[in-house]
Amino acid sequence: MALNIGSDHTRFREIVRGKVRENLRKYITHGEMIGRRGRDPVSIPLPQLDVPHFRYGKNGTGGVGQGDGEPGQPLGPGEENGQGQAGDEPGAHILEVDVPLEELAGILAEELDLPRIEPKGTANIKEEKARYNSVRRVGPESLRHFRRSYMQALKRQIATDTYSFQRPRVVPIRDDMRYRSWQTVMEPVANAVVIYMMDVSGSMTDEQKAIVRTEAFWIDTWIKSQYEGVELRYIIHDAAAREVDENAFYHTRESGGTRISSAYKVAASLLKEQFPSSEWNIYCFQFSDGDNWGEDNRESMDLLKEELLPVANLFCYGQVVSPYGSGDFLATLKNTFGEDRDNLVLSEIPNRDAIYDSIKKFLGKGK
Amino acid sequence: MATVHQHALPRPLAEMQTRIEAEAASFGLDFFPTIFELVDADQLNAIAAYGGFPSRYPHWRFGMEYEQLSKGYKYGLQKIYELVINNDPCYAYLMRSNGLTDQKLVMAHVYGHNDFFKHNYWFSATNRKMMDEMANHGNRIRRYMDRFGVETVEDFIDVCLSIEDLIDIHSPFIRRREGHDKYRFGKPTEDDKPTVAAKFPAKSYMDPFVNPAGDPESEEEKPSKSPSANVDTPTRDVMLYVLERAPLKPWQADVLSMIRDESYYFAPQGQTKIMNEGWASYWHSTIMTQRTLAPEDLVDYCDHHSSTLATSPGRLNPYKLGIELFRDIERRWNKGQFGKEYEECEDAQQKRAWDTQTGLGREKIFEVRKIHNDVTFVDTFLTLEFCREHKLFSFGYEPSRERYEIESREFPKIKQRLLFSITNLGRPIIEVRDGNYKNRGELYLVHDFSGVELKLSYARDTLANLQKLWNRPVHIETVMEGKSTVISFDGSEHHIQQEGDKKASKKQTAEK
Repeated sequence: MALNIGSDHTRFREIVRGKVRENLRKYITHGEMIGRRGRDPVSIPLPQLDVPHFRYGKNGTGGVGQGDGEPGQPLGPGEENGQGQAGDEPGAHILEVDVPLEELAGILAEELDLPRIEPKGTANIKEEKARYNSVRRVGPESLRHFRRSYMQALKRQIATDTYSFQRPRVVPIRDDMRYRSWQTVMEPVANAVVIYMMDVSGSMTDEQKAIVRTEAFWIDTWIKSQYEGVELRYIIHDAAAREVDENAFYHTRESGGTRISSAYKVAASLLKEQFPSSEWNIYCFQFSDGDNWGEDNRESMDLLKEELLPVANLFCYGQVVSPYGSGDFLATLKNTFGEDRDNLVLSEIPNRDAIYDSIKKFLGKGK
Repeated sequence: MATVHQHALPRPLAEMQTRIEAEAASFGLDFFPTIFELVDADQLNAIAAYGGFPSRYPHWRFGMEYEQLSKGYKYGLQKIYELVINNDPCYAYLMRSNGLTDQKLVMAHVYGHNDFFKHNYWFSATNRKMMDEMANHGNRIRRYMDRFGVETVEDFIDVCLSIEDLIDIHSPFIRRREGHDKYRFGKPTEDDKPTVAAKFPAKSYMDPFVNPAGDPESEEEKPSKSPSANVDTPTRDVMLYVLERAPLKPWQADVLSMIRDESYYFAPQGQTKIMNEGWASYWHSTIMTQRTLAPEDLVDYCDHHSSTLATSPGRLNPYKLGIELFRDIERRWNKGQFGKEYEECEDAQQKRAWDTQTGLGREKIFEVRKIHNDVTFVDTFLTLEFCREHKLFSFGYEPSRERYEIESREFPKIKQRLLFSITNLGRPIIEVRDGNYKNRGELYLVHDFSGVELKLSYARDTLANLQKLWNRPVHIETVMEGKSTVISFDGSEHHIQQEGDKKASKKQTAEK
């Protein structure tokens, strides 16, 4: 059978890619995709991919259903019929399209003209992992397949005439049991680590954090596309620093002063203990409003020079502009290291529109 | 590109087909020859994405459809069991990975559909060689793509698809044009013009004086013959209207005509969804349970059958509604629960126990499958008793609480809702009122308003696409917020003019 679905499918992906690319700056500045990402593909709402027709609006949707319930009782969510689903803003019939992270990274690279990263260090190490994708007749109880086992029991009981409609009771015996089973696959072990550091002192507002979040999403997307496996670590600090999970990273708010050196200390010890630079590609991204406690600058510079810069593939400092911060830290860095230090990138992000260029600057080094 | 028969069915399936075909025929089903093709899941998804026609024209939306289907299959959310094509011979696809019980059931189901395609009146005007026709369309569109560029043709197809549903589903039963004329939509040729008065004989150098250029009479006639003359009678076949009168290039007219043909081909399937699925389900269950079900099939059959007929509160399952209505009709006609005497009986008890042993059930359902479509089927056979027994209710969107709610359990309301949702395939009824609006060659459509507003965002974009075809401003008259409203698109911006605010017309620039 001659099937051309391949070319139509490619064409569709091309169109999606084109639309995403066209709107990339908008996605980046508005952070539209954040919070939608699962493990793999990103679901992107694409305007105008659907073919428009004359259709009834939402006030006319509804229909006839079947089942129990009194008038006025709501239907469960997600059970309304298809007509009501699309966006109801004017001019927006929106279709959600899944874009794999890899493809998104590709689009990002094309649009920002990013060079591929040259990894340092050892080749990828692989590790055995289990994938549960089949069923067996033997196995541990913890893996029993409930539905299949009972189905088997029901079949047996009907066949042997031990099933009664009056007392519909199904009892599986040893022979009916079915168990999930796995196959072993080789998966690469992570060989890159990204450490995010953020100032959560009182002077950082929610708007600044949203900028950091958007920027971090795109950095993740790109670095993940370049390495087989990536570990993410998050450090927050005010006057003292600690490692947190992703959620806490974006939602913690402290009120103390600011000591950037405290974050550098935590990062340095984390790298020393868990991610030796001989085996890991190390990326550090630091975001702050640049308002450091004056006396701390010297210590910070020392730590950066001696502990972090020598081991990191790339150290990026992004300074978000806050109404409360002085923004001196950027100048201090510039004075100490100059603009052209090989693995140190400095960028200023005054507002959302600057995210685009900032990403370009951070990742444009190909490190 | 003709469909290639891969290879014959494996022996057990071929034997199964012979057996089920014989059983189906013995019940009185009459069908086109059936060709089953065994395909794997990925092929089935691809074929389904093409609406069942593997050799269809190239278009990205088939790729999109395919992606959705294969994703759904991969995550175990959905699985296509049957795919049947209304064609002579009738093609049906079986999925290789299905168990034997499933194959048996699908085959029986397919014979139900096949019989329906052959005998239901609403399918009588469809092209029974659609496999070939679709392949032909595919070739023509590919040739245009080679000649004018893939994107040019694709963009034009996108525009055409926007009005693909603006057809008159009843018009196939009014004789359409036949033969080679069907595809000729160009400007009238010399032959079509009325004969001009003969010239006076004259020497060549005297000719301009003896026979002056321009015929006063034909000059006068011209305006009325302009291609965008007013419509004599309003037509719902907007596609045909545009095809005949819009300034399209020959290849564009050809593409539009192909898309229109396909719309007409698919329309009866939308018009008879409940009946068609109901009929096929009725027959798979009858054939399986009375004839071909083996003891070892039982559990799998029950599992499959009950999931096909499963209902959920917010969605009316056409398989379920269809099969139950057919069974109800059969029961009523077997017991004589019809006719004047039964209808006029006031005593509910007596009505329920009514049984005159007429035994006409089987005969009646065969008659019903021949002459009805979903609208007339529901209108005629959905009874109060049926509604109660199957716990039907109507639901609607409650804007204040932003959710769907059960509206009513009153029979007339339910019936009205149901009929509304299947009338004109559940789409707004729209017709061309004027093709020379304001005497400026503008296209004026009217939405036959029946209480439900158009979705504005879609309407605006559809108008914009229609304007690309028509090349002059286009308008649609509808009702919004209780007021008569005209939405217009002139090629660069939309205007919305409501009754009563003639002067303050809202201007909205076109959004890209």
